[in-house]
Amino acid sequence: MTATHANTTANDEPAAFYLKEAHHPEESTMLGFWIYIMSDCLIFAVLFATYGVLGRSYAAGPSPADLFELSTVAINTTMLLLSSITYGFAMLSMEKNNTRSTLLWLGITGLFGVAFVALELNEFYHLILEGAGPQRSAFLSAFFTLVGTHGLHVTCGIIWLVTLMVQVGKRGLIHENKRRLMCLSMFWHFLDVVWIGVFSFVYLMGVLG
Amino acid sequence: MSSNAHTSDTKVDDHGHASHDHGGHDHGGHGHGGHEAAHGTFNSYMTGFVLSVILTVIPFWLVMGKVIESPVTTAGIVMALGAVQIVVHMVYFLHMNTKSEGGWNALALTFTVVIVVITLSGSLWVMHNLNANMMPMSPEMMRNMP
Repeated sequence: MTATHANTTANDEPAAFYLKEAHHPEESTMLGFWIYIMSDCLIFAVLFATYGVLGRSYAAGPSPADLFELSTVAINTTMLLLSSITYGFAMLSMEKNNTRSTLLWLGITGLFGVAFVALELNEFYHLILEGAGPQRSAFLSAFFTLVGTHGLHVTCGIIWLVTLMVQVGKRGLIHENKRRLMCLSMFWHFLDVVWIGVFSFVYLMGVLG
Repeated sequence: MSSNAHTSDTKVDDHGHASHDHGGHDHGGHGHGGHEAAHGTFNSYMTGFVLSVILTVIPFWLVMGKVIESPVTTAGIVMALGAVQIVVHMVYFLHMNTKSEGGWNALALTFTVVIVVITLSGSLWVMHNLNANMMPMSPEMMRNMP
């Protein structure tokens, strides 16, 4: 179809029987990244299931009600929620092709992300200091695996965010950078979705007993 | 496909992507159609944010303030609000709808949700069943386990 069309309409340009440019529509990237996120979702589902099975096996050790500080968790949740909306603002600035404002909002998002990871590491540090490390009981092993995996994802997201800030700063809001920012947007909001599960299922339900 | 069939009236912009001259897209090089819905507006982001704040504050308030006497009721409300908040995030932040990417996004999501539900409910059910059918064991017996 391409060939016949080219032959009949354009005599001055040679007939091309192949694609001259790499045809890589970005829909495939976005869909592929979405499928990656869905596979990541399965990882978290398995970790949630593990926690659901082992979450009451304290081995005569501390229970969630003894360990969790809900005020810290509330601040943590606020950090992640605020970082979600600031990333949304970064995307809106990106659509307006405003490089400076995009970088500003990305920077704020990164700071909220760093605050989240710092608070979480602080919580882990105090738990281990109290002798409630991952080796204490099945509940704590499952807890550290689930929450730690989420924290690791956020850390990777922050590294990715900084990388993209450097790229946007150097190259501006070119097509490729916009695509990357949209992928990170999905990743970042997905991590917030997982965190909803964590604070509801692990922290709030745990403290309820 | 369509952009290649009409080689005569497409141009390659400076990002190496073919775009139509007469398309009238103002999306700056990514107006290939199919994912315009993937962008939110200021209002949709704010709606999502306000809803998430409400849906986060209520469960924390219920648990921290011990508002409801029965822990089972509280747990049910917390989980229900969590599920609603996940949907809110999906719609307002991840811009999920049935039309994006020609429905493939929604299809992948449906598949994942089915697998997640089977994994979670199946694990909890099987392991609870195993636990309930185990011989009761005292701490002394546990200590003498091989």
